[in-house]
Amino acid sequence: MTRQPQVGWLSCGKRLHLQDGPIDLIVEAHGGEPNVRAAYVAAIGRFTGLLDELCDELTLLRTAADPKTSALQGVVACRMHAAVAPFAADHFITPMAAVAGSVAEEILGSMVQTALLDRAYVNNGGDIALHLTDGEQFTVGLMDRPDIFGLMRTTTIRSCELARGVATSGRHGRSFSLGIADAVTVLARTAAQADAAATIIANAVDLPGHPAVARCPAREIQEDSDLGARLVTRDVGQLSKPEIALALEAGAAKTRQLLGLGLIEAAILHLQGETCVIGVKGSGANVPHPLVRQADESMIHA
Amino acid sequence: MPTDATAADKIRCDACPVMCYIKPGAAGACDRYANQDGQLVRVDPHILLERTVSHGGRLVPFQAGGDWDGNIVHEHDVFVTAIGAGTTYPDYKPAPFIVSSQVDGVDMVTVVTEGIFSYCGVKVKIDTDRFLGPETATVRVQGEAVGHVTTGEYGSQMLSLGGVHHLTGGSKKEGRVTCDALMDLSNCKPVELAIDGGATVLVQAGYPPVVNGVAEERMRVGCGSAAIGMFAKQWHGKVDEVVVVDDHITGVLSEHQAGKVLDIADTGIKMKGRRSTPGRYFQVAEPGTGWGGTRISDPLSILGPFDPKVSRPGMTMLMVSTTGEHAAYYELDEGLRPVEKTMPTALKLSVERIQENCEPALCTVLFMGGAGGSLRAGVTDNPVRLTRSVKDALTRVTSGGAPVYVWPGGGITFMVDVTRLPAGAFGYVPTPALVAPIEFTMRLADYATLGGHMDHVRPLASLTANEARQVTAPRPGSRP
Repeated sequence: MTRQPQVGWLSCGKRLHLQDGPIDLIVEAHGGEPNVRAAYVAAIGRFTGLLDELCDELTLLRTAADPKTSALQGVVACRMHAAVAPFAADHFITPMAAVAGSVAEEILGSMVQTALLDRAYVNNGGDIALHLTDGEQFTVGLMDRPDIFGLMRTTTIRSCELARGVATSGRHGRSFSLGIADAVTVLARTAAQADAAATIIANAVDLPGHPAVARCPAREIQEDSDLGARLVTRDVGQLSKPEIALALEAGAAKTRQLLGLGLIEAAILHLQGETCVIGVKGSGANVPHPLVRQADESMIHA
Repeated sequence: MPTDATAADKIRCDACPVMCYIKPGAAGACDRYANQDGQLVRVDPHILLERTVSHGGRLVPFQAGGDWDGNIVHEHDVFVTAIGAGTTYPDYKPAPFIVSSQVDGVDMVTVVTEGIFSYCGVKVKIDTDRFLGPETATVRVQGEAVGHVTTGEYGSQMLSLGGVHHLTGGSKKEGRVTCDALMDLSNCKPVELAIDGGATVLVQAGYPPVVNGVAEERMRVGCGSAAIGMFAKQWHGKVDEVVVVDDHITGVLSEHQAGKVLDIADTGIKMKGRRSTPGRYFQVAEPGTGWGGTRISDPLSILGPFDPKVSRPGMTMLMVSTTGEHAAYYELDEGLRPVEKTMPTALKLSVERIQENCEPALCTVLFMGGAGGSLRAGVTDNPVRLTRSVKDALTRVTSGGAPVYVWPGGGITFMVDVTRLPAGAFGYVPTPALVAPIEFTMRLADYATLGGHMDHVRPLASLTANEARQVTAPRPGSRP
């Protein structure tokens, strides 16, 4: 018997909430009513049993990825490996670094295959897969501290742009970070790519050996972490402006490298109130880049 | 049931196929199940606070006893809190959960939202006689001004932290540090406060203050004069003179009314400071962190020479602070100079009695915020009616299920003891401002009258099916 995921509605029935184990998805589709309904049914269908599929290969998914080959079988597992493989030669990375984005993509894919939708998204804990048809756009809120509610700024992704994946990584999230960034948000062509790249860039925002940064082996906190004995960031004390700039620059260098390789479209790095935006490519068209737009003043106060 | 596969302290969670090993105090990969003292518990952010008082302050264990019926919510005594409910913007969108449930045959509605408060702060009460800093001195966190020292109250020093001036009126860093400090204090986490021209205090709601690295144990039994009154009979006949050293009012037994009533003879003692009434002295020394909130380490420094016309060699004297933390016993030598001696057992017992009668020193933190503005629009399309309804006591305001004090006057400005909210109730937005839970409870008919979003009212049962996550109680240690 397959374990049933939890299925519920958020926001007055407009957004679907799917939850199973550590996976929390918020799904929303726009289009004709029958299509939206069919897409939601497809999403629930694909989600059912997906966690079990992943767990069947969990040991391998938690093992450092080989840049060239993998023995993984599942379609989501293979997507995870493909997303981290470009980084595997130079970094320690396991397919788990792309799990959230890969799952989001899989669910979105099931919806788009089933029904004609104007636009749709699957948000897996901040790692988001997007579907946009011509002329459509999404406004995405960025959070500087994923552990706490709150928007840092918003950005708009239009159908004429390449990004269809958004992911955020940092030391406040559910996963551990080797770096000190509060948040690194990456726009990439797919959610899985964005997820893996955000992990790599967030790890690069760092001040190795700095006394204000407390680290401890990942396995001391989470017995079965894929990071094993690697030191993960637990706390970052107040840093001086030059130190923040230095750490952000380390991440920015990595970001520029990934941009040059075409692995990402843009990234925004956030550390102790300072922000670094990278990835403004001359598109030739009169389309302002999503990340250079001013933050929408969307916070309303009591 | 959670299995116990390896070590006694670890849990192998079998809630899902990930099968995390969870150490005590840690959560699984989902952040939804945690190991609390060897028990697997649910820790979802959205919280339903059970009204029952008999639950003993425990988190409800997942499938405890193996007979869990799958329904963690028992409708008759569940109160939906705003914690984790999320908030909405713009505010004219209905609050995330507008819940109705039948209580005592009355159709009740609870409007649950999380308010974003940029007009908010905390009032901190620190039980100590030690000098923390001059009134109006700036209080700093990581060098940033986050508030100021306000009045000294009976045995306590009050601080006022946060407020719109520090949150948004200063530099970006000042706002961020203030916001973090307020959130940590409100979530009962320790925060180190440095006071200009004064002490450094580690403050944590519900715990003793740590002043300059020393944990305060006791709150004063009373002022120096009150201590004389309370213990005069116990000292009578055991010692000739007692001085209770206090920064505010130092008491002297032989001169005090309590001593006079017991016919205690004059001792020829000469106090420094300003005499208020017999046996009661103000300003015997500068304030500080030494004896009785003064800066002195040698209590004899507050005495002048003994009067040779009255005093005689061999006279005995006890000097003690208002908490009994400091005490010394003296006898006058041939030159009428006090010489410290071993304290007799009977007097030691009296000092212990003072200690015993001191309440534990604590830090208390009250969150204060004003819901006067647009937050009300999430509750009703006619916001001022909500305010009036609160003032008319038709609508009850709570914060995370905890009772609040609503200030008279305009708006809905409330205060709440942060130890009475469930853990992690406060969040923040980077604007910066705090996110605090607030609930408005009223009769459904009254809700309709004040222009409520009736089309968004949901029966409690529908909420518990989908969003109900955790049944919890106020944190252990919170005071009634």
